[in-house]
Formats: sequence, structure tokens, C-alpha cells
Amino acid sequence: MNRRTLPVTVTGILFVLLLIAGAVQFTGFASPRVILNLFTDNAFLAIIALGMTFVILSGGIDLSVGSVLAFSSVLCASLIQVHGWHPLQAFPVVLLAGACFGAAMGIFIHVYKLQPFIVTLAGMFFARGLATVISEQSIPIEHSFIDAINNFGFALPGRGWIGSATLILIAVFIFGTWLAHFTRLGGYIYALGGNANSAALLGVPVGLTTISIYTLSSTLAALSGIVYSCYTASGYALTGIGLELDAIAAVVIGGTLISGGYGYVLGTLLGVLTMGLIQTWISFHGSLSSWWTKIFIGSLVLMFMIFQRWISQGLTGRRHGPDRIN
Amino acid sequence: MTNLMQHRLFLPLLALALILLANLVLSPEFFHLEVKDGRVYGSLVDVLNRSAPCALLAIGMSLVIATGGIDLSVGAIVAITGAVCANLLNSSFDTLPLVILAALAVGLAAGMVNGSLVSIFGIQPIVATLVLMVAGRGIAQLINSGQIATFQNDTFASIGIGSLLGLPAPVVIAAVVFLLVQFAMRFTALGLFIEASGCNPRASHYLGLNVRVIKFLVYCVSGLCAAIAGMVITADIQGADANNAGLWLELDAILAVVLGGAALSGGRFSLPLTMIGVLIIQAMSTTIIMSGIEPKYNLIIKSLVILVVLLLQSPSFRQQLRGLSGARNSLGGKA
Repeated sequence: MNRRTLPVTVTGILFVLLLIAGAVQFTGFASPRVILNLFTDNAFLAIIALGMTFVILSGGIDLSVGSVLAFSSVLCASLIQVHGWHPLQAFPVVLLAGACFGAAMGIFIHVYKLQPFIVTLAGMFFARGLATVISEQSIPIEHSFIDAINNFGFALPGRGWIGSATLILIAVFIFGTWLAHFTRLGGYIYALGGNANSAALLGVPVGLTTISIYTLSSTLAALSGIVYSCYTASGYALTGIGLELDAIAAVVIGGTLISGGYGYVLGTLLGVLTMGLIQTWISFHGSLSSWWTKIFIGSLVLMFMIFQRWISQGLTGRRHGPDRIN
Repeated sequence: MTNLMQHRLFLPLLALALILLANLVLSPEFFHLEVKDGRVYGSLVDVLNRSAPCALLAIGMSLVIATGGIDLSVGAIVAITGAVCANLLNSSFDTLPLVILAALAVGLAAGMVNGSLVSIFGIQPIVATLVLMVAGRGIAQLINSGQIATFQNDTFASIGIGSLLGLPAPVVIAAVVFLLVQFAMRFTALGLFIEASGCNPRASHYLGLNVRVIKFLVYCVSGLCAAIAGMVITADIQGADANNAGLWLELDAILAVVLGGAALSGGRFSLPLTMIGVLIIQAMSTTIIMSGIEPKYNLIIKSLVILVVLLLQSPSFRQQLRGLSGARNSLGGKA
């Protein structure tokens, strides 16, 4: 088996094993309904995690996504409910705001050579602050168009349902795969994560690529905010706290190397679904308390990290000696 | 003058001075100190007291960041330590030395987990410590059985609310830890070793430094500092809240280190500067409260101040600034 695709394959196998284990234990666990609900319930996390994949592939990190989600959901709710905009007018504005926010962070990171960790940390505070300034209270959205979005979907046999959140997630996933593997920008991103200096010497436009990556991540976080505010029919400044950690965990579980350069968009989707499946398993189990979710996900990240370390030593051909001291 | 301005202490101190000055303008009583019952009271003491937990975390974080690492788990370690203390105090093992030892042991164990993941398994610090950051709060909730554990123990509570030498106990504890670590770093070769392994791990290895042991040790120190902070926080509120104890405190600690001029890529650190960073963060929060600005603007102001301090430390931004002032000078015919 190819060492490069091995982590993704392992995540896939883990997902299937969990599904089988659940199906043996509980009736109705592996039903189309439960599986499709994984997509619906985790669509907002998956969209954010797909954006995070590109950031991590390039060797960066984006801590602001949870706050950008909150900001977008509040902006969206406020535009529709308080200012009486039509959702179709509000959505592009929210996406544009997200894009500008990401571009600004990208510019700070590239032009002023500031660490992504600390810039996106400031971004995290800033976006959360903006959300609180717009409204400290939760804004409920009542609009016939939002209801229409929520009711839109296809019924599948086995009481399955593909709603608009799932459709958006699938669209983002296809876009992400296309971007990563069939565009020049995708190649640049992988190159940047592999070795930024070599990439620059090979003529990769480092600045443009960096700015695009953070713009993409924030735009997807804003899209996720829209999905979330439709899903909950409200906008609230305190939503999505800690979501960036879930997204990073999903990317890691999905087999992307945290130092950048290696990983697949598909892996991240599988990572989110695996995390969702653990949550579903715990709620099916009934007697396990919610904090076990955190412990399980933490252990899973740990397992994957050690596993990846083992793989990546093979990938880069480094096994022994001082190079292992990173 | 230029020498003074280029000194690494200059910018952080200037920022702190500006914030304190803003406080003085907003409320002249800010610098007023009062001694009551052998204890000093006043806004300044308040700022010090509130920054103690963050200062403790930031001491450990400085060392970790100096090796080029990062420790995201300290907030979760605070929660675990709190849960352990509160539950021990409610059990029959409630003697003070035992509780303190247990808390320190928990912190050390957590630090050893982080340290071995980073140094033995060679996992990137950000993810290695993310494991405990996520799982740690779960473990703390497990110890607390999902409740907020409260306790009644005046001796333990004095760690958080008592006073020593007229100052609040947390301030004294933080000061002692600071002095101990600073002494170990600057009067032995340890500080140099830590900076060397952050600066160039391979060169340090060839020079005979055991980089792995050093990296392992800094995470242990960070875990211990987090345990002490955990005790202070738990004693202060006389209860352990697994969900909220020390929540996002790791981010404040990292910010404090960065505001003190340390690069996240490692290679240099200064504990006094980190302490100034901590005070900047806490004094800023106090300023915002004192100025009567609505609390909802807190985060925006905080992030903008952070951004400005970061930009001022960025060489390319300084160059742009210099370029601007140079242009102005030549326009004025002074150049």
C-alpha cells in the first residue's frame, strides 16, 4: 500500500469498523437515517474542517474559524431579522465579510512575517468581539426563505434525508477536492507546506498563495456560519467556541500531517464523520456521559499522531539520528 | 536614544506605561494604595492579584516557547488539578501537604505526557498538547462526575484568598515561582541550553546537548506551573469547575510570552518581559472596565492592541515606518 494514502485508508477502515461495531451492538445504528444525520449534524464542522485542511496543508493554522462562524451567524441573523434584508442579499455580504477577514489575516502573516498561530489568535478575539458588538443576545431568524432552505431536500429509503446542509457540504467537498488536486493553487499549497523556501525558489507565489489560503478558510467558516444559522434558525455570538480545535482534530484524524505538505481533503471528511460517529455511539449507548466524547477524541488524535509520525518517517526517509529532533 | 529604543525591554515597557497612564487619566485613584489589617489594597494590587494565575502559566510557557514548542494543554491541566484538589479535600485525605503534593504530581504527570509525546515520539508540540487540551477537560469532568465540586477548607482556601507579607497570596506565590525559575535560568546554564535547543536543535545536538531531555523537561516545568495556577484558581473560588477553570488561559499565557517579544519559533525568552506581557493583558482589561466602555468592546480592543504590539515588533513593519518617517524628513528638507 502507498504510504501516502495509508493514513486516509486507516481513517476509512476505522470509520467502517466503528459503524459495524455500532450496528452489532444497537439496532438501527447503521441505518441510512443515522448515517445521513452524521452529514446534517456535522455539516458546519465539516465545512470549517475542509478549509482548515488547506491551511494545515500549507503548514499554517487558523484559530479564528470558530469565531468567524459566530460572527457570520450573528451578521446573517442581524441583516435578515433586524435590517429586513432578504437572505439572498445577506448571504453574499456575509461571505464577502468572511473573505475580507481572511485576506487581512493572510496579509498580516505574509507581509509582516507574523506567526499564523498568533495572528489567527488575534483574529479569533477580533471576530468574537465583532459578533458581540453586533448583538450580545441570540437573534432568532424568522423568514420564509430560511424555512424553505431547511425544508428543502430529498427523502431516501430507510427514512434517510439529504437536506440543504448536506448538499452544501457535498458541494464544498467536491470544490475542495478539485482545488487540491486539479488546480495550480492546490499544487502551490502542497508545495508551500512541503518546504516554503524551496517553493519560493521554484517560483511559487508565496504571498498570493498564503493570502488565498486564509481567505478560503475564512470564507468557508463564513459559509459554515450561514449553514449554522439556518440549521439553528438563529445567530448567537457565543456559538462555535472551541470549534477550531474540533476542526484541527478532524484534520489530524483525517491523516493530514500537521507540519504540512501531506494529506487529503477526503481524509478530513472521514475525520469529521468518525468524530460524529463516536458522538452518535455515545448517545446510543445512553449510560456513557458526554465527557467521554472528549476523552475518546483526544485518544484518537493521540493514536493518529503516533501512527503518522511512524508513516512520515518513511515518507521523508528519516529514521534515525538527530533529524528526529524536530 | 536609539540605543534605548532598540533595547528589547523598551517596547513592552512603553506599552505597559501607556496603559497605566491611560488608567491614571481615567481614574486618579488607580495608583492609590491603602494598608488595612496589615494588607495592601488598591487597583494596582488587584491587577497583580488577577494576573497571578496567568503569570504562573506564562512562566512555564516561556520555557516551552523558547524551545520552539507550545503548550496548549495548560488550561486543561488547571482544570484537572482543580478537580483533584477539590475531591481530595472532600475525602478523608484532606491534609494540606498531601493535597498540594497530589496537585503537583498531577501537573508533573501531565507535563511528562506532553514532554514524552514531543521529545520521544517527535510529535509537533501543537498537536501533542492538543491531545491533553481536548481530553484533559474530559478527564477533569470524569473526576468531578460532571458536577462543580465545592469544598470547605480554610487552610487550602488561603492559597487563593489569603495574604502574605501584606500582599495577596497568589501574587507572592507567582513571585516566588518567577524568582526560582529566573534564578535557575540565568544563574545556571539551563536558560542557555533551552535557548540553544530552540534556536537550532541539530547544532545543539552536535554540540553535545541532550535536546530531547531539555524539551521533555520544559513541558514538565510547564505542567508544574499549571498545577500551581490550578491550585490558586481552585482555592480562590473554593470549587473546581471542570468546564471553565482556566478556560482559554493558555491563550492569554501564549499572548503574554509573545507580547514580551519572544518568537514562537523559539530561540530566545525573557521571563521579566513575559511578566510585563502578563501585566499588559491584565492592566488592559482593567482599563477597559474603568473607562466605562461597554464590556462588549473588550475583545475588539484587546485584539487591536495585540495586533499593534505584534506589528511594532515585526522588522518589516518597522522598516515601513522608518521609510515613512524618512520620506517625511526628506520632504521637510532635514534629511
